[in-house]
Amino acid sequence: MAGIVKRFPGVTALDGVDLDVLPGEVHCLLGQNGAGKSTLIKTLAGVHTPDEGTITWDGTEVTLGHPQAAMDMGIATMYQELDLVEGLTVAENIFLGHEKSRFGLSQRSAARAATRELLAGLGHPEISPTTEVGDLSAAGQQIVSMARALSRKARLIVMDEPSAVLDSGEVERLFDVIRQLTAQGIAVVYISHRLEEIRVIGDRVTVLKDGRTVATGLSAEETPTGEVIRLMTGRSIEYVFPERAAAAPEGEPLLVVDGISRRGEFEKVSFEVRPGEVVGLAGLVGAGRSEIVETVFGARRADEGTVSVGGRRLRPGSVGSAVDAGVGLCPEERKSQALVLGNSVAHNISMATLTRFSRGGLIDRGAENAAAQELATSLELRPTGISREIRTLSGGNQQKVVLARWLLRGCRVLLLDEPTRGVDIGARSEIYALVRRLADDGVAVVVVSSEIEEVLGLSDRVLVVGDGQVLHEAPAGDLDEHQVLDIIMRGDAA
Amino acid sequence: MSVETPRTSEEPVGTQEMAAPAATAGSGPSALSRLAGSSATRNLGLVIALVILCVVGLATAGERFGSIDNALTILRLAAVVGVVSIGMTFVICGGGIDLSVGAIVALSSVWATTLATQTLAADIHWIVMVFTALLVGGACGLVNGVLVAYGKVAPFIATLAMLASARGLAELIAQRRTQIVRDRSFIDFFGGSVLGIPVLVIIFAIVAALGWVLLNRTTFGRRTLAIGGNPEAARLAGIKVERQTAYLYVLLGLACGLAAVMLMARTTTGTSTHGGLLELDTIAAAVIGGTLLSGGRGTIVGTVLGVLIFTTLTNVFTLNNVDTSTQNVAKGVVIVAAVLLQQRLAARRRST
Repeated sequence: MAGIVKRFPGVTALDGVDLDVLPGEVHCLLGQNGAGKSTLIKTLAGVHTPDEGTITWDGTEVTLGHPQAAMDMGIATMYQELDLVEGLTVAENIFLGHEKSRFGLSQRSAARAATRELLAGLGHPEISPTTEVGDLSAAGQQIVSMARALSRKARLIVMDEPSAVLDSGEVERLFDVIRQLTAQGIAVVYISHRLEEIRVIGDRVTVLKDGRTVATGLSAEETPTGEVIRLMTGRSIEYVFPERAAAAPEGEPLLVVDGISRRGEFEKVSFEVRPGEVVGLAGLVGAGRSEIVETVFGARRADEGTVSVGGRRLRPGSVGSAVDAGVGLCPEERKSQALVLGNSVAHNISMATLTRFSRGGLIDRGAENAAAQELATSLELRPTGISREIRTLSGGNQQKVVLARWLLRGCRVLLLDEPTRGVDIGARSEIYALVRRLADDGVAVVVVSSEIEEVLGLSDRVLVVGDGQVLHEAPAGDLDEHQVLDIIMRGDAA
Repeated sequence: MSVETPRTSEEPVGTQEMAAPAATAGSGPSALSRLAGSSATRNLGLVIALVILCVVGLATAGERFGSIDNALTILRLAAVVGVVSIGMTFVICGGGIDLSVGAIVALSSVWATTLATQTLAADIHWIVMVFTALLVGGACGLVNGVLVAYGKVAPFIATLAMLASARGLAELIAQRRTQIVRDRSFIDFFGGSVLGIPVLVIIFAIVAALGWVLLNRTTFGRRTLAIGGNPEAARLAGIKVERQTAYLYVLLGLACGLAAVMLMARTTTGTSTHGGLLELDTIAAAVIGGTLLSGGRGTIVGTVLGVLIFTTLTNVFTLNNVDTSTQNVAKGVVIVAAVLLQQRLAARRRST
């Protein structure tokens, strides 16, 4: 694949990606969420058609206009959410779409025999072809998924985070299967966030960031982990961060998080945020950062521990209680968690503040529009029209709308989860400046980001999170990127 | 005929949407009229469909179709379906569906005409019957709403269960007999006219007007569209999604109760067979009127036009002695055509 570009309305998901995979190798694809990995593999699977660039397969340039075309060529994809039909048996799943049949009658015994052979070949003869897939463990389902790829004579198998749902023993067995596949000359594109796995199984590494290839063909064994993480998280462009307040904010903490835990997600997390302070949570994907802020907001219910705002305890698991206390959340997944895409900008801005513009349930639309317009203007929303459907705006401007929602509400605590994901460079600096302005106005801000530079540049104080625990806490000025990475890696090792 | 007409209105929708932002960008009120404009052009297509239906009616049935009496008949028939369709629009906009409306109308009509209720009504006032119907309808809606919102039962299943049980309960209470409404003043009031307009039609008009205000001008309506458009975003914006969902089903239940009262007046009976296939007619009216079945978008004007188109279609067929079986086939075709058109328009909107 060379120079692949894929644009979606408002965002360029892939901006010149190169990837080459050799027969019989395990090629690891790395990148933060939103770096473009999913879009890339969907392009490879024929789900998306690239706007620019070429795909060369076995020496000839090809167009993959349809998933079936990719499969026929021998490219199989195992998606993160396993795409198996739970109610069907193992054999039925493996031959789904290319059933063994004669004169329209399915040949079930032939399919079962072929399935048995495939599973045995994968070293899992214990899985019965007649079991319903829904009754298998996650690991078993993955084997079935792989058998399906093989049944189509796949020569390249793309695996999107196959280890995410497996325990360590199962991962070992998965690796055994992968080694068998590569021994037969089958190429594997392996996606994982667990860097240690890549050392064990990978041959070469390609790193994506912001839809671009930042490094390709790195040796999986010899490239230092720190270097890989730096490539993934480091800024590819110089961002302009606003200056911090001269003096550290003082006074009573506004947001107090005391020992909150959620089983399997994070443990005993405590921190405090003063008015006017920006506190950053730094950590890699899967460290529990988003889970922590969503729990603070009440969107998830803490198993233990308390969250208080201005001395008043919030009801656990109640978004309403958090919003009433003046807490706002800009969630990680903007489109699915924050916006009503078919509604206008104005309606999205006023969504959390409706009662203010209403009397007896009737909305004063003049006041609503005036307020929305004022915010749109002051945040330099482009285009400024507030009656546009929000889906037509770019990522950065959509994010401004989410911020405007909470500005309008006049919130005292603002939780920002990946505030600049999918946001172009120009809008990033504007959002940074806005966050700082809010803090200067006395809002307590919590920022979560995968980009360590961003957390360090934006925050007054930084909590380093790894494996669901707060590993370290320090003023942002006392840390640099390498120290944070060191802390994360030591934490992981411990 | 009616199938083809909205298609011709497709062009203006597209062009107007593209042209409008440049002209109105940035100014609040005129920009808002653009939003109204896009649904107005859609509704224009429905109006054209209705006009063509009327032309066909006049051409095939002449005076019998064109008379004022016939127009009032159409409106009276439309009134009952219409009231429920308004409620249905809210539920669908909020991301739900209710299959039990016909059964709830039947149960409300039976309960409001039992010997006990009618005796009580004779002692006090016929308003007792109205309250009974509303109470029964609202209670059924509450059960639906609680099951869907808090019990997390799929709306399709919860209301399917209500469909079976409410109809069954109505049969048990009425013992499958038709109960006559004895109170003359009740029938005189609801069966009468004011300035030549039947009271039933006036009730429909009032409900439609209130529904329009509720959907377009109140926090209730805004929240409804938000939870239908993106429930997760609504929840994270602090909207109480469960409670709002429950309210929607109660609202529709109340509309069913009111429809039962109107039906009792029109037929002078309460029976467990009232409201047969009402779920089909009301969902169809809403969908034809441009309500997205996936939620988040819908208009009251569109629904009203949908009801009128459906009722007029039935009327034209009946006047031309087309049997009901053929009518049902035609209805099915109209529904599918409307949904296909709707998807075409939605795709076009996204691409602009």
